Amino acid sequence: MNHLLVVPIVLPLLAGALLLLLEKAGGRWAQRARPLALVSAALLLLCALGLMVQADGGAVQSYLLGNWRAPWGIALALDRSTALLLVLTALLGLAALLDACAGEDRRGAHFHALLQFQLMGVNGAFLTADLFNLFVFFEVLLAASYGLLLHGASRERVQAALHYVVFNLVGSALFLIAISLLYALAGTLNLADLALKLAQLPAQDLALAQAAGLMLAVVFAIKAALLPLYFWLPATYAAAPAAVACLFAILTKVGVYALLRVGTLLFGVGQGSMAGLLEPLPWLGLATLLLAAVGALAADGLRRLVAYLVVASAGTLLVGVGLGSAAALTATLFYLVNSSLVAGAWFLLAERIAWARGGDDRLVPARLQQGWVGYGLAFFVAAVAVAGVPPLAGFMGKALLLQAAGALPHAGWWVGGVLVSSLMILVALARAGSRLFWEPGEARGMRLPPAAPGQTLALSGLLLAVLACAVFARPLGRYAEQAAGQLLDRAAYVQAVLGSEPVAPVFDVRKEMRERGDSK
Amino acid sequence: MLLLLALGIGVLAGCGTWLLLRARSFDAILGLTLLSYAVNLFIFAMGRVKVDAVPIVRKGVTSTLAHTADPLPQALVLTAIVISFALTAVLLGIALRAHQQSGNDQVDGRG
Repeated sequence: MNHLLVVPIVLPLLAGALLLLLEKAGGRWAQRARPLALVSAALLLLCALGLMVQADGGAVQSYLLGNWRAPWGIALALDRSTALLLVLTALLGLAALLDACAGEDRRGAHFHALLQFQLMGVNGAFLTADLFNLFVFFEVLLAASYGLLLHGASRERVQAALHYVVFNLVGSALFLIAISLLYALAGTLNLADLALKLAQLPAQDLALAQAAGLMLAVVFAIKAALLPLYFWLPATYAAAPAAVACLFAILTKVGVYALLRVGTLLFGVGQGSMAGLLEPLPWLGLATLLLAAVGALAADGLRRLVAYLVVASAGTLLVGVGLGSAAALTATLFYLVNSSLVAGAWFLLAERIAWARGGDDRLVPARLQQGWVGYGLAFFVAAVAVAGVPPLAGFMGKALLLQAAGALPHAGWWVGGVLVSSLMILVALARAGSRLFWEPGEARGMRLPPAAPGQTLALSGLLLAVLACAVFARPLGRYAEQAAGQLLDRAAYVQAVLGSEPVAPVFDVRKEMRERGDSK
Repeated sequence: MLLLLALGIGVLAGCGTWLLLRARSFDAILGLTLLSYAVNLFIFAMGRVKVDAVPIVRKGVTSTLAHTADPLPQALVLTAIVISFALTAVLLGIALRAHQQSGNDQVDGRG
């Protein structure tokens, strides 16, 4: 077994626990919290990159926790798409941490520990091959996100957190109902095993299985911010501290990924019982996209505008997931990389611009007190990347998606919807940009100190990564294509997880007991 | 007994949902608590309801589900109880803070 697979879960867990102790010790020890958190995040990035190289070898890898054979114990599984998301998580985590180390982390207690636990939950949700374990990791990442959202609790944050927590607790209740229904029907919670068992379900249990499947889809749609369920997102993300919102950019992707994984494994094509369950998904995704574009047009503050951009990118991704063809999944994975990175960059940038305007992010004329050129350039790059305008990777992702959709029924709707929403987002961004940078206004608020080096580094690093997506579009596209192929190849996943052999014990207790005659 | 259990779960879930739809955070928290009770009972019931069956492999009894209770839903329900309890406590903390800041108990802070 390859022990590197479990590192993205264990490393942040240990670092988080250690950070709690350091903070408790106080004084000189507390000074070491920042370096430790940064080292842990950097190691996580290295580990994720290593896993990506391994996953690119082509085989699905699985890791048996506690050395129990697959359907009995909990298994982790790694394929190309998992590794890609692990890298994205580590990148955004590192950027968020760099940004927060400028001072945001000292505004409240336990910032660093919560951030590590958040990373652990996200990584675990990506890696796990067990439905109940997925629930547990969802709860870990949610619990950490509640803490991070409340960090430095202002009034709007507390209010947003209240809605967010209630909403997600209801989602958890639904998740549990769906899980236990599936267990009652199939007698297993291992995703690979479930894929096999659900295919052989007797006809009288079909309706129940479909109900459970739809409930699962609803739960993931809450996380992914699909149309009737996204209303919590703009308020929550706009209220969160910039570094936290930057990390939250990956949270909607957890929902998208879970839909992708469960969709291909359990509701996959050619699987009579559950096929067609995700048919409404692309339509809802399209509606999400259009409404988010309207929201972006109507937003009165930059942070809220950016939050709607996140919803729009989630809508685009869900169209791709729902269409479900190999080409559409390739486009989804390709677009996912760009959209996560650019969403993270946007939250950091929105905070910097608000800062340069004396702490005001409303789209009203005000003098930019610093960084006119730098922030203007960053705004331009980020706007081009998020709106899907050539030459950056956002455009390529959308073009791939449109190509994929063109070959499917109702092509006119997908193509039209995606193009119209892109235009609306472009208009919203152009309006915001001209308001923020070109309209003369008086200096408002107080003059705030310029950005710390870490904050500049985080923002420019993310923007450079966005540019790199465009420069290295060919290898990335190749990777996304192979990852999509792997997602659709259910048999390989099932074989890798269920066929994984436990390690032979160095010291076989049971054998020795048998030999001694202790065994009963 | 099955009917009684099903009705109990239904009533708990119904009351929970009704309370959740109210605009006061205290009611919403009570609703969530009731909902989590319903969910926990539901998970437990999904392991099939059996009388006089322990989830332990014993000597002389064939260890199939015909003779023993399914231990897995019981383990799942324990995990679910711990998580929902902890998160309800977190939610109570947040609601208290919101109450202190806004001076009322409405979920949107406007009363």
